[in-house]
Amino acid sequence: MKGFMKKEWLELVRTGRLWVLLLVFVFVGIMNPALAKLTPWMMELMSDQLVGMGLTTGQVSINAMDSWTQFYKNMPLALIAFLLMWSGSFTGEYEKGTLICVITRGLSRSKILAAKVVVMAVCWTALYGLCYGITYGYNSWFWDNGVACHLLFGAVCYWLFGLWTVGLLALFSVFSKNSIQVALGVGSVALAVYGLSFFPALGGVLPVRLTAGMELLRGAWGLEAYYMSLAVTCLLFTGCLLLAIPCFQRKQL
Amino acid sequence: MEVLTLSHVAKSFGSRQILRDVSFSVAENTVFGFVGQNGAGKTTTMKLILGLLTCERGEITVGGQSVQYGNGKTNRLIGYLPDVPEFYGFMTPMEYLMFCGDVSGMDKRETDRRSHELLELVGLAGLGKEKRRVKGFSRGMKQRLGVAQALLHRPKLLICDEPTSALDPAGRRELLDLLVAVKEETTVVFSTHILSDVEHICDEVALLHEGVIALQGSLAEVKKLGGHPAMELELERKEDGKLLETMFPCLENQGRKLLLKDGDRLPEILAVIGERRIPFLRMERQETNLEDLFLEVIGR
Repeated sequence: MKGFMKKEWLELVRTGRLWVLLLVFVFVGIMNPALAKLTPWMMELMSDQLVGMGLTTGQVSINAMDSWTQFYKNMPLALIAFLLMWSGSFTGEYEKGTLICVITRGLSRSKILAAKVVVMAVCWTALYGLCYGITYGYNSWFWDNGVACHLLFGAVCYWLFGLWTVGLLALFSVFSKNSIQVALGVGSVALAVYGLSFFPALGGVLPVRLTAGMELLRGAWGLEAYYMSLAVTCLLFTGCLLLAIPCFQRKQL
Repeated sequence: MEVLTLSHVAKSFGSRQILRDVSFSVAENTVFGFVGQNGAGKTTTMKLILGLLTCERGEITVGGQSVQYGNGKTNRLIGYLPDVPEFYGFMTPMEYLMFCGDVSGMDKRETDRRSHELLELVGLAGLGKEKRRVKGFSRGMKQRLGVAQALLHRPKLLICDEPTSALDPAGRRELLDLLVAVKEETTVVFSTHILSDVEHICDEVALLHEGVIALQGSLAEVKKLGGHPAMELELERKEDGKLLETMFPCLENQGRKLLLKDGDRLPEILAVIGERRIPFLRMERQETNLEDLFLEVIGR
């Protein structure tokens, strides 16, 4: 399994996928405080137009909360980029037939699946951590992160949401024949869960709650508002993997 | 000792029955030719041996262990060379072999030593070839790397699925020579529809036709099934051919050439030729050709 994980890392580096993802996550990490910092200047620039529309702008004060707002707005874009970059990880191997030589050497399919999921999860954790760290660092430099409540807990919640999508990616990769099918499958489930979260009874249970970090940071919601969703997301992630393993065992390559 | 046995194996895809009742065994240190038309089910049989497909009926054993679908235990005894091997293009041949060794659970130092040895054997060492990424390799070079990866862990059984079908004549010859060379240390099962390749390198042969093994045995035994070798007589004059044909109906007249399939009557014919002083140019023994036999079995 270690050998296969090494191969995954080498592939990530040599095919340039890692560099593209690094660029995206670093860019998003920098853009969060940058957009917050530029807000007064942009408001000033647009003030004439706003006055023409009958709107008056007062003194705009910016703090770390504006940067964190940007973080939660921009993070889905980075996550989508991450999922798209990984959507061909399994299907590319099915299409080329490269897994045949590995499986016929005696490496079990469950180990192959586990190796790919571990590398995806580690990659997501590192990139997410980098993006979060850049935003946190700039926020500390320009403002004070102390204004936000439960900052770390909020970060863990979004990380877990991303991890759940990694589980979905693994599951759909087992069923699909190409990367488009994988991306559509993961996208459809994420959209369906998002749609269901509008029902008040489900809102606090589904994984989408974990992306609502601003309510936590502002102190509008307490930690308990996320507990149920955390548990359900953990279960769903485990369920995805438990379902993916037997399906991958039976998959004809 | 038998390295591979298939007993009463059956497999179908939907309503299409590919293998009806396939049984054969392969003895240690032989080159076994597995012959059949395109679409006869050779690749399906290979995939069943490798546990890549589920077996509907029957049993397959490798080295005495039963093959289970999705379980790679028996694959540790097998080296597999597909018809068009595909590798990770971002790796160099050396890196790929090291990766294969790692996956097979081989010792790192042993993998390194064996990889160098095999790259040398298959002609991928030197001239910087071992440092080039596989992405830029020709089909022939990939096939050679395929042989190297298949032999890396010193398998008991090497399965080659139509390995020469995509190669040019020179590449084909090199690969066949390679397979003969590795016969000393492993048993080779070689599936193909190119019969001349089988005649060149195989000790044993099995012909798969309509889902069953239609012929099986050593190359000499199988050829014997095609009857006695024929004799070809070439005469100077056509009219002598006609005369001999009327005297011996067992002769097949092809103008100045006469073909005799029943070798028992040869002394009589030669006696007549001697008595009548019929001038003839040559007499040649024609061995039974695997291709003729193959065509006879498949009914063409």
